Amino acid sequence: MIKREKRRYLALEVVSEQPLNEQIVLDAIQSSVHRLFGEYGTSQANIKLIKYLPEKRQLVIRCSHMMLERVRAAIASTIEVNGKTAAIHVVGVSGTLKALSKKT
Amino acid sequence: MQRNWDVNMKRFADLHLRVPLKDIPQAERMIKKASELGYNLVGIPLSPHATREQISQLEHICSEAKVDLVSRVNFFPRNSNELLHDLRSYRRRFEIVAVRCHTKDVARQAAKDRRVDLLQFSVTNLRQRFFDEAEAELASQALSSLEIELALLSCLRREVATAERADVPITLSSGATDENFMRGPRDYAALTTLFDLPLPSALRALSENPWVTVERNRGKLSPDFVAPGIRVVGRKTCD
Repeated sequence: MIKREKRRYLALEVVSEQPLNEQIVLDAIQSSVHRLFGEYGTSQANIKLIKYLPEKRQLVIRCSHMMLERVRAAIASTIEVNGKTAAIHVVGVSGTLKALSKKT
Repeated sequence: MQRNWDVNMKRFADLHLRVPLKDIPQAERMIKKASELGYNLVGIPLSPHATREQISQLEHICSEAKVDLVSRVNFFPRNSNELLHDLRSYRRRFEIVAVRCHTKDVARQAAKDRRVDLLQFSVTNLRQRFFDEAEAELASQALSSLEIELALLSCLRREVATAERADVPITLSSGATDENFMRGPRDYAALTTLFDLPLPSALRALSENPWVTVERNRGKLSPDFVAPGIRVVGRKTCD
């Protein structure tokens, strides 16, 4: 039997002066992962957007649990989104969306 | 918005938060942000001639943000004599002393001097990165740690490996000058995986190592300190 790939859900908070939509933030994270780890790393990370909470300026993404630390590193190294200075902070990490919603 | 970011309740420290001392509202925002990100202790570099008012103002801001303030001074000596002079003049006024080593003789002197807490090397100039095996051996015999601000990965990878081999404590700090460049301790720990520092060591470099340095120096600066291992436990008052 093929073992199911484990995932991690990350709640992110975006700090920026300009309003940003979720796709722009996701693109910034993807390009940061790509810059640091290349195409192979990006494919292994398997980043997907789960939901966006505009009122909290938070978004939830999913990645492979093997690549969690690398994805965090890529997120921490993101200093620009859409050409403007921005910071993305990891608010919480969990293995399930239910546990993540309790944390954040 | 006060958040508890860390589930293991480690006490994190950022020993190099470069807040603008002339812009107090910005300094306040950065200290508040550090508290939100989960730091319990921040080291703010001050000028060697910093006034008591400046320090007490920062102490007030930090106590409001519920973080502990550590006074820090950065020296940029041109030669070892200048370093010795600076240490003689200012060591007892600051809790943390960091030395930016621009020349090899400064690097060697700083590594073997027990009054130096943190060794820094040039971020941009590869020729000025003197943290080799000999430097690591001197630093391991003294009490200094290697301070890392994120720079070229290949260079850091070699230095971290040397420090780990020689048991030199590593301290990670942000060196942030703006709120947008500040990150949480777990995020910094994740960044260090890029230069092959294992995650437990990275977390130690952000928590235990700086705390040990600060507590040791606070002990030394207290009026009860006499010499290493000797301190005053009580005073008899004679009429």
